[in-house]
Amino acid sequence: MSKVLMKGNEAVGAAAIEAGCKFFFGYPITPSSEIPEYMSKALPEAGGVFLQAESEIAAINMVYGAAGAGARAMTASSSPGISLKQEGITYAAGAELPCVIVNMMRGGPGLGSIQPSQSDYFQSTRGGGNGDYRTLCYAPASVQEIVDYVMLAFDKADYYRNPVLICADGMIGQMMEAVEFKEPAHIDLPPKDWTTIGTAEKRKPNIINSLYLEAEVLQDHNRDIDKKYKLMEENEVLYEAYGLEDADVVLVSFGTTSRIVKTAMKQAEKKGIKTGIIRPITIWPFPYDVFKNIGNKAKGVLTVEMNLGQMIDDVKIGVSGKLPVYFNGTQGGVVPTPASILEDIEKIAGGTK
Amino acid sequence: MEEKVIMAGFGGQGVMAIGKLLAYAGMIEGKHVTWMPSYGPEMRGGTANCSVVVSDEEVGSPLISKDGTAAIVMNLPSLAKFEKELVPGGKLLVNKSLINEEPTRTDLDVHYVSANELASELGNNKVANMVMLGAYLELTKIVDVESVLHAFVKVFGENKSKLVPINKKALEKGAEAVRKMQAV
Amino acid sequence: MTIVYEKSRGLTDTPLHYCPGCTHGVIHKLVAESMVELGILGDAIGVAPVGCSVLAYNYFNCDMQEAAHGRAPAVATGIKRTLPDKFVFTYQGDGDLASIGTAEVVHAAHRGEKISTIFVNNAIYGMTGGQMAPTTLIGQKTTTSPLGRTVEHSGRPIKISEMIATIDGAKFVERVSVDTPANIRKAKKAIKKAFKCQLEGKGFALVEVLSACPTNWGFTPVKALDWLRDNMIPYYPLGNFRDFEEGK
Repeated sequence: MSKVLMKGNEAVGAAAIEAGCKFFFGYPITPSSEIPEYMSKALPEAGGVFLQAESEIAAINMVYGAAGAGARAMTASSSPGISLKQEGITYAAGAELPCVIVNMMRGGPGLGSIQPSQSDYFQSTRGGGNGDYRTLCYAPASVQEIVDYVMLAFDKADYYRNPVLICADGMIGQMMEAVEFKEPAHIDLPPKDWTTIGTAEKRKPNIINSLYLEAEVLQDHNRDIDKKYKLMEENEVLYEAYGLEDADVVLVSFGTTSRIVKTAMKQAEKKGIKTGIIRPITIWPFPYDVFKNIGNKAKGVLTVEMNLGQMIDDVKIGVSGKLPVYFNGTQGGVVPTPASILEDIEKIAGGTK
Repeated sequence: MEEKVIMAGFGGQGVMAIGKLLAYAGMIEGKHVTWMPSYGPEMRGGTANCSVVVSDEEVGSPLISKDGTAAIVMNLPSLAKFEKELVPGGKLLVNKSLINEEPTRTDLDVHYVSANELASELGNNKVANMVMLGAYLELTKIVDVESVLHAFVKVFGENKSKLVPINKKALEKGAEAVRKMQAV
Repeated sequence: MTIVYEKSRGLTDTPLHYCPGCTHGVIHKLVAESMVELGILGDAIGVAPVGCSVLAYNYFNCDMQEAAHGRAPAVATGIKRTLPDKFVFTYQGDGDLASIGTAEVVHAAHRGEKISTIFVNNAIYGMTGGQMAPTTLIGQKTTTSPLGRTVEHSGRPIKISEMIATIDGAKFVERVSVDTPANIRKAKKAIKKAFKCQLEGKGFALVEVLSACPTNWGFTPVKALDWLRDNMIPYYPLGNFRDFEEGK
């Protein structure tokens, strides 16, 4: 298929439909409203159902019901809306329901701003809802990656019977880039023999549930689903990394911010400073192991994020105390400039930071 | 080669549209492109702007912040707002029909185009945006005019293909306008 | 030996956990029998609430989903939109439907969602130990209204049937009670009609069932039924509020 120019938010919808998503339940919020807008037109044309819910909470619970009935279902929103969906996400994780949730992050806390942000890193990678659970979480850095990872997310959700998050931001949602829809690699998926589609009085009822009143039984369930999380940590880590072996300064950044970091890296190169980058594509599970590839020349690691440094803890785990970790961040919807990142790179390389 | 251009004006002047055309034309020519609109409350206030990057390499930030190589400003508020986002020597294309002031900066490569008058000469005031785009393409040669016309049908749909000739003329008018000015 | 009565096959063999004298068991039976008699048990997907009937998913002999507190109508919407030819019902208590989940039920009704809702109103939060519900009567003492509910402090008890009946998408709304054999028969008739409302594609249906909670009301089972009759029915009048068959 040839390339087309698409807005990130529209690409979410197109990729979901391409991946066989037939049900979208959502609620409008800036800067992700183009997703429900796109779906309201495109999904019925693809033989699916779009429904504008009365609230974000209702939307995620509709996803829960549809997923329990065996459908590929999704919802999408931006930060405050995703907060409201946390209830449904933890229930889906507990009941082991596959679904895809897209977050076009905007500034917070509270109502915050509508400009791009990455300040839902904690919420996305540490849970967000109650209880012991994890969600596979992709952080695309381009509209093409939105397409690729939204499509992959549906397969991974079905494979693990777990919610999968796409964490992008308002910038990727709003911008247009060239995209190509490639046939995704085939993944063998387990049969959906657990769905509630009616027994036809020919089998025992299937029950979708996250309630286990006996502590020991819940503990067994917790340990069972933890096996999936361990498998994800083993098999699902995705990252982009280069230049680590002989870098003076290593940068760590995900999503939109990594693009700006790369511009700053090119500028540093011109000034004779060697840099490398680790770009987590899955922010959970986090690519801790790749930090081992940082060479001896490195003077420090610079984390660049559009938040107050929520990824620093993970970077420090990866660095394991071997190098100082510095932070360059913007908040509230302010996007970092290559100049400010370059300034920090120079300071670290020159030993003044 | 990397062009970072801001297109700005009133809502309805078609600045988002010419941005999309430029990005799409760049894509057709195999270049890396991004198109980034202003969004949110800004969008409700009646002004519109977008940033387009066309590059031989992967595009870093799609935003333009003091590093614009060009700006197309269709109205006065846009001139004040965006002249400061350009690099020294950056190209500033001013719609002279609606802007009777000069930029405050003196280190820019300024070109005045009476886009609305030229569009009216073609009998369609709506193509003032295309006049500006034509002027910009003449100055930068960033993409071929043919690619833009090809993109036109892709962006606006086959049913708008009857509008290609008038838009082509508008692009030519804009190109002619800056050629004349350069000759003087 | 002739069998004169047996447990409906619409219920599983799991022993019910309800307190002595609680009428949830009766309502379960009516729902189960109605599904069997309409021949829809194999097509049914039920949605259980949070509250005393949280374990309903273990009792109904059909596919079941357990929803978050109050969200059953949203979950049921997701199921019904996915499987429009199946039969989808929610079973919800008064805390679940009339308090935390009012938005979900109102909008499901508003959309004319083709689902059937059994709303069990016993004027108290049972599962959590007898706290005030939105349906708790004026003067009724609960663990969070120890001196009795007052209008000044908490407003009047919410009348869900009357409220839902104002919504165009709700095509069948009836309030019934299970305090006497005669009322139980009427309740079953209403439940079956609510199910038919869905099967005929008419729209949203809700049956509000006045139910006894002897444990948290602090009465014997028999006294509890008397209290229901003497106190709840006068405030929550029984009867039909909307009926798709009568154009009401």
